Amino acid sequence: MDLELTSDQELLRDTTRKFLQTTVPLTEVRALTANPAGFDRGWWSTGAELGWTSLLVAESRGGGSVSGAGLRDLALIAEEMGALVSPGPLIPTNVVAQTLSRDASDELAGLVLPGLLSGDSVAAWCAAEPGRPLTPDGMTLRARLDGDEFVLDGVKSPVEAGDEADWLLVTATGPDGLTQFLLPSSAPGLAITPLRGLDLVRRNAEIRFTDVRVPASAVVGGSGGASASFERQIQTALVLQCAEIVGATDRVFDFTVQYAFDRSSFGRALASYQALKHRFADMKLWIESAQAITVDATRAVQADSPDAAEIVRIAKAYVAERCPELIQDCIQLHGGIGVTWEHNLHLYLRRVVLHRETYGDPIQARDQVAILAGK
Amino acid sequence: MTEAPTASGEPREDLDAFRTRAKEWVTANLQPLNGADPALGHATDDADHVIRVKAIQRKIWDAGFAGLCYPAEYGGQGLPAAYQDAFIEVSYGYELPRLFNTPTFTIILPTILDFGTEEQKKRFIPAALKGEELWVQFLSEPTGGSDLAGALTRAERDGDEFVLNGSKIWSTYAWKSDYALCVARTDWDVPKHRGLSVLIVKVHQPGITITQIKHVDGTEEFCQEFFDDVRIPARDVLGQVNDGWNVASRLLLHEREAVSGSSPYAMAPRTAARENDQVGAAALAQVSGGADDPRVRQLIGEARVLTRVHTALVGRIATSIRTGRLPATAGSIPRLSNGVMRVRLATIAIDIAGDRAVAWHDGDPVGELGVAYLGRQGVCIGGGTLEITRNIISERVLGMPREHAEDLDRPFREVRTNTPTQRNRS
Ligand SMILES: Cc1cc2nc3c(=O)[nH]c(=O)nc-3n(C[C@H](O)[C@H](O)[C@H](O)COP(=O)(O)OP(=O)(O)OC[C@H]3O[C@@H](n4cnc5c(N)ncnc54)[C@H](O)[C@@H]3O)c2cc1C
Repeated sequence: MDLELTSDQELLRDTTRKFLQTTVPLTEVRALTANPAGFDRGWWSTGAELGWTSLLVAESRGGGSVSGAGLRDLALIAEEMGALVSPGPLIPTNVVAQTLSRDASDELAGLVLPGLLSGDSVAAWCAAEPGRPLTPDGMTLRARLDGDEFVLDGVKSPVEAGDEADWLLVTATGPDGLTQFLLPSSAPGLAITPLRGLDLVRRNAEIRFTDVRVPASAVVGGSGGASASFERQIQTALVLQCAEIVGATDRVFDFTVQYAFDRSSFGRALASYQALKHRFADMKLWIESAQAITVDATRAVQADSPDAAEIVRIAKAYVAERCPELIQDCIQLHGGIGVTWEHNLHLYLRRVVLHRETYGDPIQARDQVAILAGK
Repeated sequence: MTEAPTASGEPREDLDAFRTRAKEWVTANLQPLNGADPALGHATDDADHVIRVKAIQRKIWDAGFAGLCYPAEYGGQGLPAAYQDAFIEVSYGYELPRLFNTPTFTIILPTILDFGTEEQKKRFIPAALKGEELWVQFLSEPTGGSDLAGALTRAERDGDEFVLNGSKIWSTYAWKSDYALCVARTDWDVPKHRGLSVLIVKVHQPGITITQIKHVDGTEEFCQEFFDDVRIPARDVLGQVNDGWNVASRLLLHEREAVSGSSPYAMAPRTAARENDQVGAAALAQVSGGADDPRVRQLIGEARVLTRVHTALVGRIATSIRTGRLPATAGSIPRLSNGVMRVRLATIAIDIAGDRAVAWHDGDPVGELGVAYLGRQGVCIGGGTLEITRNIISERVLGMPREHAEDLDRPFREVRTNTPTQRNRS
């Protein structure tokens, strides 16, 4: 967590923590496995009232942040959600809301943003494509112009919250280059198939676009001008992922240290064995490092600093690589109980592995870091 | 991590003005490195090196940029660490007197500030800042380095003097140095931590024999010293007699800061990031056409990730210690990070270089990467091994039970020790 919080930020964090603890404790997260959406709409609206959806939206468009630094505020919420493996479409809804706030016409923003802000509706960002790196030039979903309409063809997968979303922000290769469209999930020609997934409550879908016709008014930003927004969307998603991963991993490390004090073997606490103490020391290094780089990345993206693109990918590469390993180590240190369904460890592992692989994996992140370094 | 003592009141000059002035001075007065080894600069041989760094440090002193974070009453500038950072930033890529950084500026002088008498501080701190005196650490012994409190080198009181006998080893640059801090046993009848003293020792004086030890990379910076009835004035004890462990522990704290790249007193990049950020490796890859190779790109990416994360960690831990979120012993976390990171960087470098790192044309710098790989573990040993570092983190940061020790409550005389290496006098 950021070590320099304003009192308003502390309040935001504490309120979120309390709300999550009372409404979606881990027992409830387990129970939500049976819920097709993985979360309750009414619950999400209450979260929206606490600020979960408005922090990246300009005040002039109905949003507002706590500290004047909305992404830093939102990262605090993401961390709390990670610590409790909370449900809810935090990343896609915020990415879409931010994009609409910055790029959409007044008409489109007026139509869609109020619902997203109040939590009455939910949005998904259709970016990833099967087997392709998530880069602007990696998009095979095509948008061609037919009269004054665009026609979309292709497939997006995995799409976070894709089955639940009311609105879809689609990143496509248009006639003029990278272009984004906002369409209702009820648009004809869409085939939305829920996917099975690791995480118990965060769901993904595959969305096929067959001759999906959208009006020119559905374009967000200019036709062919979406590269900068795309980069901003990726950066936002990566920051929120890292924050969730760090929140989750910090919690697991914490209760694993406690376990080492509480459980004994051969008449001694586990925490007294040097072989284990050294592993805990390494883990302490990793968790502090993961937190440090996440905070740096959050601040860099918030400030739009020139090296933000690189730092945020450095964060993703490190955090998404190291933290799942760290949690696996914690499982090892729990012994047999660690690999049971009953123990909560796997809930955390599921979440961080989901984040490891989506919106670009560590291998892709490292590759982009090297490319950026060479520029 | 140590907060550099700040000046009483506001700094005379704001940070931006300072930076501009420093930049002008550096550009006009220091030599660009232009590919020279940052540690050695433009020195042509080892002896020349000492003369050269002392001259450069003197220049820095004369210009008022020496000891930026040291108190003004001892010759420093009494500025906050941000000024130090600014100086480092503008002098990056220029030849700096790095030999002074470790241990003189980052370890020894801070310890003298902590424990020295007024007289000692006035005598030694300005002299070092002026570039007149280099320091070395006489800590490790042939019988053991990790167990520093198990020192067997003895100092016996004789009137106004102490008489030193024994041997120290692995001291870096001892032969180039002027003074040493030396841990010696002054009482054998109390438990080990209570019978030590720290002495200020003039390195080149009767009774001290220095031999150089060849390092795996071929250099001979390592030394062993033999003490035969070396006489040291009693006023040159740092701190109290028999309270040496207290002094040494603080020294180790400063050392961990120095080794992790987070000391506010270094006149060179505080973190490894810039020196090590593998732009070098990237350039190397270009040479072999490797930057287009996805395998090489992974390695370059990984190197940049490691160095940038380390930089972030150093900042976070410093803030954590300053604000009390973590105890001062958490300085061991960046120390561990530094060791682990540099080991990996050495491997990455040789992986990128491939067979050119093991068989190379005379003068091809790629060969140095192979040599560096051979000495890779040095960064995990010097300044306390990573095993000891992990003990500190688990025991003093996470609060886990300490390892069982056989020697804590017994008079040191009765404790099992390694047989001291006898000096061959023939
Ligand atoms: C580059 C470099 C520069 C140095 N510069 C100086 C200098 O200027 N002045 C100076 O005095 N010394 C210096 N040293 C010495 C250094 O401090 C020692 O080498 C170090 O403290 C280890 O001591 P040792 O070599 O005696 O190893 P030992 O203490 O004999 O240790 C051997 C092995 O056992 C492990 N070990 C020992 N005790 C424990 C334990 N309790 N738990 C787990 N593992 C343990 C160690 O980690 C190590 O792996 C330098 C060393 C290097 C490599």
